[in-house]
Amino acid sequence: MADEAGLRISPFADYKPLMDRGAALVEANRCLNCYDAPCTRACPTSIDVPSFIKKIAHDNLRGSARVILEANILGASCARVCPTEELCEGACVLHDLHEEPIQIGRLQRYATDPVVLGQKPLFQSAPPNGRRVACIGAGPASLGCAAELAQLGYEVVAFEKASEPGGLNTYGIADYKMDYATALAEIAWVKELGVNVQCNTEVGKDIPLASLFEDFDAVFMGVGLDGVSAIGIPGEDLEGSQDALDFIAELKTRPKEEVSLKGLSVAVIGGGNTAIDAVTQASRLGAERVYLVYRRTRERMGAYAHEQELARRDGGIFVLEAAPAEILGEYGRVIGLKCQKTRSDAQGGLEPVPGSDFVLEVDRVFRATGQAKHRAFFEQLEGLEVDDRGRVIADEDGRTSVERLWTGGDCVSGGQEVVNAVAEGKRAAQSIHQTLEGAR
Amino acid sequence: MADLSCTTAGIKSPNPFWLASAPPTNTGYQVANAFEAGWGGAVWKTLTDGQPIVNTWSRYGALDYNGVKMMGFNNIELITDRPLDVNLREIYEVKKRFPNNAIIVSLMVEATREAWHDIVKKSQDAGADGLELNFGCPHGMSERGMGSAVGQVPEYTRQITEWVQEVASVPVLVKLTPNVADVRYPARAALEGGADGVSLINTINSIIGLDLDTLAPRPTVAGWSSHGGYCGPAVKPIALNMVSQIATDPQTAHLPISGIGGVSNWKDAVEFIALGASSVQVCTAVMHYGFRIIEDLCDGVSNFLDERGMTLDELRGASVERIHEWKELDLNYVINARIDQDKCIGCGLCYTACEDGAHQAIFSERRADGRTYVEVKPDACVGCNLCSLVCPVDGCIEMVEIPNDFERCSWEDVTSGNGTLAPRPVHD
Repeated sequence: MADEAGLRISPFADYKPLMDRGAALVEANRCLNCYDAPCTRACPTSIDVPSFIKKIAHDNLRGSARVILEANILGASCARVCPTEELCEGACVLHDLHEEPIQIGRLQRYATDPVVLGQKPLFQSAPPNGRRVACIGAGPASLGCAAELAQLGYEVVAFEKASEPGGLNTYGIADYKMDYATALAEIAWVKELGVNVQCNTEVGKDIPLASLFEDFDAVFMGVGLDGVSAIGIPGEDLEGSQDALDFIAELKTRPKEEVSLKGLSVAVIGGGNTAIDAVTQASRLGAERVYLVYRRTRERMGAYAHEQELARRDGGIFVLEAAPAEILGEYGRVIGLKCQKTRSDAQGGLEPVPGSDFVLEVDRVFRATGQAKHRAFFEQLEGLEVDDRGRVIADEDGRTSVERLWTGGDCVSGGQEVVNAVAEGKRAAQSIHQTLEGAR
Repeated sequence: MADLSCTTAGIKSPNPFWLASAPPTNTGYQVANAFEAGWGGAVWKTLTDGQPIVNTWSRYGALDYNGVKMMGFNNIELITDRPLDVNLREIYEVKKRFPNNAIIVSLMVEATREAWHDIVKKSQDAGADGLELNFGCPHGMSERGMGSAVGQVPEYTRQITEWVQEVASVPVLVKLTPNVADVRYPARAALEGGADGVSLINTINSIIGLDLDTLAPRPTVAGWSSHGGYCGPAVKPIALNMVSQIATDPQTAHLPISGIGGVSNWKDAVEFIALGASSVQVCTAVMHYGFRIIEDLCDGVSNFLDERGMTLDELRGASVERIHEWKELDLNYVINARIDQDKCIGCGLCYTACEDGAHQAIFSERRADGRTYVEVKPDACVGCNLCSLVCPVDGCIEMVEIPNDFERCSWEDVTSGNGTLAPRPVHD
């Protein structure tokens, strides 16, 4: 992370910067401390928001962090990456007074950063209960599950195929919301609870899937989603055509100057939050023009309104009702994206407009058209029920159709927020605990 | 623009706002700047003649509340530590430059007739429009037999006031300490001693708080502290009560009052004046925001008077006759809370407050749309006001009078068999 002065001028400066004490006190004291607070009800992890904010107002930061982190072990991440505008802050009663809602995300960061990034212990694990649980993957869902179980006395091992844990939270979120070092520092803190993470270990390849069921009392599958599939248009193999998530991961893990897009033009294909992240990141890396190409109208975009606004503020040019037809190349490198205008019919069907082809002259094409499912992996799990869209079927406690296998996160939801994954992982942990300890 | 000029115990000033005797009136430079900014008068920081005054370095402490700085304030600073002749010369110079503004000189010397005679004469020679006898400071000087050590003993208060009046040619105000069981006794003593008026309240004995890192009391002087004088917005209700006590006491009812204690804005001033004060004195608000606040103090009072077609004289004491003993209040005056559902934002604060802190008279329910719905249970509401006090929305909860057929009836009426109580909610 750059020094403080650097942060202010960096294009990767924090989207929701850390508050100082004075600002936090003013904000915390604006909170009405509602009864049956709608912010808490809007939080997938049910953080007692009025309680943690009151503690900030009274300088009880340790207590405040405890309220947050007891409910959501990745509270420091969620303070940064949660779409608070849609969740807690969106539910704030101050909207009814035509006032700005309480900046809950920033207050949450103010309370949790000193504990989590300061690597201060906050929770005590129970004595070992002799039981072992394996997590497949070490993303937010697995971490939510593992942290809960570790505190209950379980020995938990998370197997992660990447070289660092955290999944999309580490690799897949725009840097100005969540930077690589912070994500890893938070996981280092979670590991102190007794969570063992084995990276560079792909289940089914580096370690047999069956061995998990032999060596562990229960298995939690938090494998998330696969990469962005090819669109199926000519030119996708050209140099300069890339999965948007790979682009974001590259930018987060390599020095920014190495991934600079200065002077280049970029087209991002897709209308979801990843597409937005790719647009803003490309723009902040110095790209001259950044297009967001989406097949349908703005109203149909998956990205949140506030995210769209961010992209527009960063200079993103929205090319709507346009479908990519071909990536044009010269000497093996991208030189343009050919698109065709589309028309939606009343039923939501989409049809191309004949003769409406146009070309965006771009040097890079990033596809953010939705991640694929780990279908091949699921097939290795005999009896695992998957829906017609490739999502794992689980009950509300994360229990799957396979005995001793629980799951949660994006492989079940098809793609939601970090906070949802943590909540699902935690619920699965409680179900695992009830099942295993109840059987004792 | 209403005429704000006023007379307090014979001391004239262009408006009722005086700087209290305190750090803002430490020098001629400050007082001149204050008059330039529009202050009506200034009570010069207390002069003495005798033992030298030496101050500690750490002097002030603040009570912050819910993000608001300096709700309360205290100090362990002594009276002026500048030479007497320098102060007298500056008083003379400022008075010459601002003949229409009031300079009241605050005084505190050892309890001898000669010492008091001497300093009163010197102050008058310097041009003082009035004198204020500091019988109020609760810290430091009280250990030397001055300040509140005098004000807490009515006989001393009367005696020294008499000595002063033997040589005084200008009006004499006695500044009272609130650190007494009943402020009416020292006020009566001042009157008996010949005081032309009283100023109150001086600061309240206080420990403002501790530094939680070191557990040292604040303001910390090399790890120690001493009780200091407490003032600021938080003390206003205490001051208003004491002012009203003097204004309603038959013996002191016509004694002119300069009101002091947490005056921070024009509304505070209106309250003091309506409860009987002729002028008000301000310190903490100036220490927080500077002399410039005088503009809105005057503007606010002026607008208030203009909107009501009222004069400052008509405002003075207007609320005094409404202060009564509890036993005289009408027990048949019935009010109930009314929640305006269109304004309600569903925070539920009224519910929590009533449920836990009052009379369980508010019903709450989470509606299908996720909103918290609240409603008053008329049979249970005792009209205590709490819900309307905690409600964050203007005009959402109002206390509405519920007419009944009963005559007014006070506790006095009940106990003397002269009244009938209206029925009221029964709590099992």
